[in-house]
Amino acid sequence: MDVIGVISYSAGFAIMAGIYGVFALGLNVHWGSTGLFNIGIAGFFALGAYTAALMTTQTPDPALFEDFKFGGNWSELGFLDLGIDLWFFLGLGAASIVCGVIALAIGYVTLRLRDDYLAIATLGIAETVRLFFLNEKWVANGSKGLYRIPKFLGDWISPENYDYLYLVVVLVVLAALYAAVERAAKSPWGRVLRAIREDETAAEASGKNVFNFKLQAFIMGAIIMGIGGALFAHNVRFLSPLTFDPLLATFIIWAMLMVGGSGNNKGAILGAFLVWGIWSGTQFLPGVFSDPNFRFFMIGVLIVAVILIRPGGILGEERKVARSADGARI
Amino acid sequence: MLPMKNMTRRIGLAWTPALTTAVIVAAAAAAGLLPFVKMGLVVNGFILGSIIALGAIGITLIYGILNFANVAHGDYMTMGAYVALFMVEEALPRVGIEGQGLGPFTFGYPVLLALPVAVAVVAIGAIALDAVIYRRLRDRRVNAVVLAMMSLGVAIALRGLVQIIWSGGTQHYPRESRQVYHLPMDVRIAPDSIFIAVVTVILVAAVYLLLTRTRMGKAMRATADNPDLALVSGIDTQSVIRWTWAIGAGLAATAGVLLAVSQAQLLPIMGWKFLIPLFAAVTLGGIGNPYGALVGAFIIGVSAEVSTQWLNPSYKPAVAFAIMIVMLLVRPRGIFGGAEYR
Repeated sequence: MDVIGVISYSAGFAIMAGIYGVFALGLNVHWGSTGLFNIGIAGFFALGAYTAALMTTQTPDPALFEDFKFGGNWSELGFLDLGIDLWFFLGLGAASIVCGVIALAIGYVTLRLRDDYLAIATLGIAETVRLFFLNEKWVANGSKGLYRIPKFLGDWISPENYDYLYLVVVLVVLAALYAAVERAAKSPWGRVLRAIREDETAAEASGKNVFNFKLQAFIMGAIIMGIGGALFAHNVRFLSPLTFDPLLATFIIWAMLMVGGSGNNKGAILGAFLVWGIWSGTQFLPGVFSDPNFRFFMIGVLIVAVILIRPGGILGEERKVARSADGARI
Repeated sequence: MLPMKNMTRRIGLAWTPALTTAVIVAAAAAAGLLPFVKMGLVVNGFILGSIIALGAIGITLIYGILNFANVAHGDYMTMGAYVALFMVEEALPRVGIEGQGLGPFTFGYPVLLALPVAVAVVAIGAIALDAVIYRRLRDRRVNAVVLAMMSLGVAIALRGLVQIIWSGGTQHYPRESRQVYHLPMDVRIAPDSIFIAVVTVILVAAVYLLLTRTRMGKAMRATADNPDLALVSGIDTQSVIRWTWAIGAGLAATAGVLLAVSQAQLLPIMGWKFLIPLFAAVTLGGIGNPYGALVGAFIIGVSAEVSTQWLNPSYKPAVAFAIMIVMLLVRPRGIFGGAEYR
């Protein structure tokens, strides 16, 4: 590979790492700040990606497809003639709304109960979403997949340089989400979430409505994951139910957060770049290290090892106290 | 030692208006649908329910005694199925034991020999994992959800291990096609299904006897009821925990082998995919209640199979999930009222 090749590969790598960074931030709101155990990230991933894609992709040609009828192409419906570049933002918004609504529904049912129920419910929603897009071919072409998802700002720049532009887009979104999540974590709201994570009964006794706070945190994380899914859809520009297998859409994100440092937003992003770097870097290694099954195994081992040896991950959680409490002994 | 009264209390129905209404509505709906339901699907549902039951009883015992949702349970099933595959394809042929189509069954007697080996390997593996991993977390007195998180890591690693050793593709036990039995009411039942049902009945009876008639079973129930009280009453909680893993993982391994027989294939993801019906059954029966898990498993199995009359069969996990969500809305402690649900 020449220099240009390396730079271009790095841009593609950084886009995916950035998108995973978004998911890791979302998961950190769930697990790191609040202790919500979501093992169905793939469900929100798929919902976000499909929502954004269906709103912006051209209506399928009836001559080419028998079953596939739906097709957003809402950008050319006329009632909001904004072009794809502005519809990208509507797609992003819709993806986050859809994920937020689903999170509200699951959270409402399970968050009053033991923590484990949420895990099982998220697992169920991930599988249900996958089965829906697999079987309902009219929505998104089933297993053959949805393709020709448009590029955001694709007319501005030549195709070979497009990755650099999209990298900027992803990094801007990531930075904005980081700022928002960090602000939330430092706020009194964020402190209540950590109080709930540490001791639910104590938080309840302090007059906090634990259920409401958990529900808000669950919805907030899901919204971030929806945005991540939308960013992914416009990057890969091809979606099929196989894209959202548990390994690359759930497990690896857990590994990223655990390695980087759960409870720490910088750690979430660091973990995303690090684990994605290891994951994509090892494919060039000789022998067993590039074996996808071995790498799958190592993702599990990594999670186990982090919890056993260094539960805080690389960065660990920062101490966040109220400004008014500065200097006071906590 | 716990009195038997406690046992009957735990499986006794606590009627509430909501439950009564739900039961009446469900019974009316079921009665209304009955003429339209194919009996064959109901029979298949009980077979599927048997496999779910073997997995769900293990999950609910672990839940009751160790107090966390073992997300790796599906992968213990996968492990069991693949260990049996290793036995029938690699180990037993070396000593001249091979074959298929035993009597009316598609599989041969090597599978019968491989089953106890799979149970032993997975049970010992589960105890070993507890000793190196879960025990340390318990000593650290972490939150229950961290244990569940750990089991997610274990689940991923186990599946990765299966894929390294046996590759990610589809495999199956050596088999021969067999005629299905034709029964009245257009019911067709495969001989393999009868085998699955018989194995389940034997194992469920064994678990029942173990829980009610042996010292260890009583110690397990006492620990599930109140771990601290059990400890101060002189119960060896460490050995209770080991037995719980052994029983839970052994049942899971059996469920995995039976699932592989009934689907006529093995896939590394088979156990993970099975988690949804397993947890739906556990939730329906009430967490920590093995009898509830049994009933829940049959409800989930029959509903999932009967739903295929109207829905695409691949929606079966979604049906199980939907039933679980409805149950959580109506009666989160499960039909029979399990342990704590909050």
